[in-house]
Amino acid sequence: MPVDPMLSAYSDLVFKAAVAVYTIAMLMHAVEYVLARTTAPVPALAGASAEGEVGGTLTATPPDGERAVPAGGRTRSDRFGGMAVSLTVLGVLLHVGAIVLRGLAVGRWPLGNMYEFASAIGLAAVVTWLVVLRRTPSIRRVGAFVLPPVLILLYLAGTVLYAQAAPVVPALQSYWLIIHVTTVTIASGLFLVAGFASIAYLLRRSGKLSGFTAKLPSVEALDRLAYRISAVAFPLYTFAVIAGAIWAEAAWGRFWGWDPKETVAFIAWVVYAAYLHARATAGWRTTGAAWINVLGFATVMFNLFFINMVVAGLHSYAGL
Amino acid sequence: MSSPPTAPPSLPETAPGAEPPASGPSPARRPLAFLRNTWRGLTSMRTALVLLFLLALASLPGALLPQRSLNAQLVDQYFADYPSLAPRLDRVGAFDVFATPWFAAIYLLLMISLCGCLLPRSLEGVRAARATPVATPRNLARLPHHASATLDEEPDAVAARVRSRLGVGSRFGWRSAEATDSEGVRTVSSEKGYLRETGNLVFHISLVGLLVGIAVGKLFGYEGQVIVLANGNQFCNTSILGYDSFRPGLRVDGTDLQPFCVQIDDFTADYLPNGQPDTYRADIGYQDSTQVESGDAGIWSPYELAVNHPLRLDGARVYLTGHGYAPRFTVTWPNGEQRTGEIQWQPVDQTTLLSQGATKFERPGVADDAQRQKSSLAITGLFAPTSSGGKVVTSTYPEMRNPEVAIDVLRGDLGLDDGRGQSIFAVDQSKVDSGQLVRVARANLVPGESTTLDDGTVVRFDDVTPWVALQVSHDPGQFSVLVFAILILIGLGLSLSIKRRRFWVRLTPAGEGRTLVELGGLARTDQAGYGEEFDRLRADLLDPKSDDKKDG
Ligand code: HEM
Repeated sequence: MPVDPMLSAYSDLVFKAAVAVYTIAMLMHAVEYVLARTTAPVPALAGASAEGEVGGTLTATPPDGERAVPAGGRTRSDRFGGMAVSLTVLGVLLHVGAIVLRGLAVGRWPLGNMYEFASAIGLAAVVTWLVVLRRTPSIRRVGAFVLPPVLILLYLAGTVLYAQAAPVVPALQSYWLIIHVTTVTIASGLFLVAGFASIAYLLRRSGKLSGFTAKLPSVEALDRLAYRISAVAFPLYTFAVIAGAIWAEAAWGRFWGWDPKETVAFIAWVVYAAYLHARATAGWRTTGAAWINVLGFATVMFNLFFINMVVAGLHSYAGL
Repeated sequence: MSSPPTAPPSLPETAPGAEPPASGPSPARRPLAFLRNTWRGLTSMRTALVLLFLLALASLPGALLPQRSLNAQLVDQYFADYPSLAPRLDRVGAFDVFATPWFAAIYLLLMISLCGCLLPRSLEGVRAARATPVATPRNLARLPHHASATLDEEPDAVAARVRSRLGVGSRFGWRSAEATDSEGVRTVSSEKGYLRETGNLVFHISLVGLLVGIAVGKLFGYEGQVIVLANGNQFCNTSILGYDSFRPGLRVDGTDLQPFCVQIDDFTADYLPNGQPDTYRADIGYQDSTQVESGDAGIWSPYELAVNHPLRLDGARVYLTGHGYAPRFTVTWPNGEQRTGEIQWQPVDQTTLLSQGATKFERPGVADDAQRQKSSLAITGLFAPTSSGGKVVTSTYPEMRNPEVAIDVLRGDLGLDDGRGQSIFAVDQSKVDSGQLVRVARANLVPGESTTLDDGTVVRFDDVTPWVALQVSHDPGQFSVLVFAILILIGLGLSLSIKRRRFWVRLTPAGEGRTLVELGGLARTDQAGYGEEFDRLRADLLDPKSDDKKDG
């Protein structure tokens, strides 16, 4: 399949545009954060449902300050937050465009090398974030924590990991590429958001940098955010690993062979299983579990970067 | 979760009926108590957590250090690079992590721990699924979710509404029990989400099943590699001896292989302009074991063997795992005797398929052993499918566009009779060093060209045949591993998406047709997300007319 250089060049251009738009969105979130007022540290949210369910109650203004907001109006912080979200949506549209153009340029599923893979993980993370935001608009300020790691990832994708548009080697020519790599990408994007929710949780809970973290949603909201996303991502990741094993049986002659990438996927899986168990184990429910969640995300990233770039294995043809 | 009331009433790590004995056990019962405590410790959630971490930690060297099972050459390289560290690492099995006793110990302990949790839990689960929901607590206001209101309705009417809202009696509704005490106070206790436990059980049992399946494969499976020339050559899976390398399972002695045959008719590879391979394809024919055994030779079913497209036959799989070139040489001795040799050379550069090898000849018609040994020939050197040309031959492209060999012809004792195995890709270097094998010619040849040795022997480079590397694998546990993996996924989905939760209603007559309605809710497992459902229930039951009114 010949590569269309024109479409490929457009794809690169649109990718850069998406990164630029995300960057502006991140700055807007930063302004939103600076202008925002501090939320009540612990959910002393009178009148909220007993559980303190994230809902309309955890808005930027503490409940007792509600009258300070002009009726029907929004604070300046809110306006910046709103702009940040709109820009994030625009960024997603551009990002999707870049990926689609790349796929059209090479005439294959656009997940064939590390550039394409890292870029798609970034997209999955931002989309996850927007979905979460739609369901619980009150946590918008967490955007200031979610966008920076995504931007770092996309920056690395566009520079260190960048690969010219090209067809893939025979071993990657299989519909299992679509199944395995797409699911593992989405799961990684979800893990990214969950991992940073846990980091925000740990920061907020520790009371360190309290001047900085005091504007985050309550620890409960952050913890629940992390748990819910991980609880979606873990089965998806499990599915992706199983799909990988089925593919390996057809491509490499065995379904499991402790190839470095397989080994670290197994480790990550075990760490996330430990996370879910820790949430049901007395004494581990809170900080312990959050640390394990962060460790899980670190393992996933380690698998993406270190194992692909430093350790040679069968997966290495994913290419740099 | 910082709010203690939301914690499940009984923590999962508390084994049912596991109260420690109040007084010290009698001496006779001490060993028993010890065993019981060990068992309890092993099957606790905390132990499982620690074992999970140990397992992750123990796998890590498997990813960071080279492993013999994957690439023995890299391990040798590591020994060369770290001569003092490597032997010490080797002693603890760091280069065979997944075959070490300590790795096995961790996962076996984890499995025991798992089964120890499972049996009591499954019994408990069966009992719980039959039992009536727990009686309504005295003080509903102390539950994490609660609400109350006094409605202008008779208790009977409210009770009917509760029943229909909870779907009592329906298969998908809440399981409920009603009671009325002596003062006419009614209670409804209900519970939902039993499938969560089922999912949990399915998950954990399948985990054990998966490991058993893997073990069956390790015991009764095998894997063999063989190189076959792609010019109609055949390979039959009749004995281990046919293979270049063979890894039998622990209970496989090689006498009972599936005796199918394959014939490699042709091999094609397509490359992109930059040398990256685009497709590999071998046109093969095969005969399954029944055809072979019935002596039906001659009938070959055609198959296109490709990467991602193995041949599945008689419970075994045949894979195309590699390819390369076998140059063909003809040697004509001065007396007119002629021999043709064709054997695979080994690619040394995967992107250009520059290959090296050694094609060996014994001089025919020489009766005397010593004499024959002295006059053997070996053609060694490099083969370039697309030669750069010039004196120093390298390859610029993996496809055969401009084939050329750069060879040394060696004469003397090849050591083939020494009884030691030697590489098919090289000559025995010690024979060269000791002067028993001497270089007698050096030449660059394209197909059809020849070179003449000092004694008049002519060495001609005829042509090139592609070869394919095949792998034959047999794993009788594979299918059950797949089934259990799918069950693991289903179990996981159920246990993570379903919440086990309880809901109580107390209806106290408040006179004049009015009823005090108190509601309480408790999620038994991870509490994330019961709030919304409870709020809906509350809105529907306490506020039936304005159910659009949102919780503030
Ligand atoms: C590789 C090993 C294991 C994995 C991947 C695994 C995975 C899981 C998962 C995903 C859950 C659901 C977590 C949740 O409720 O949110 C779970 C629950 C549970 N597991 Fe495991 N498990 C493993 C081993 C074990 C072992 C060895 C034990 C017992 C010692 C155990 C006991 C339990 C229990 C009791 C629950 C229920 C927790 C609850 O009430 O939510 N698991 N496990």
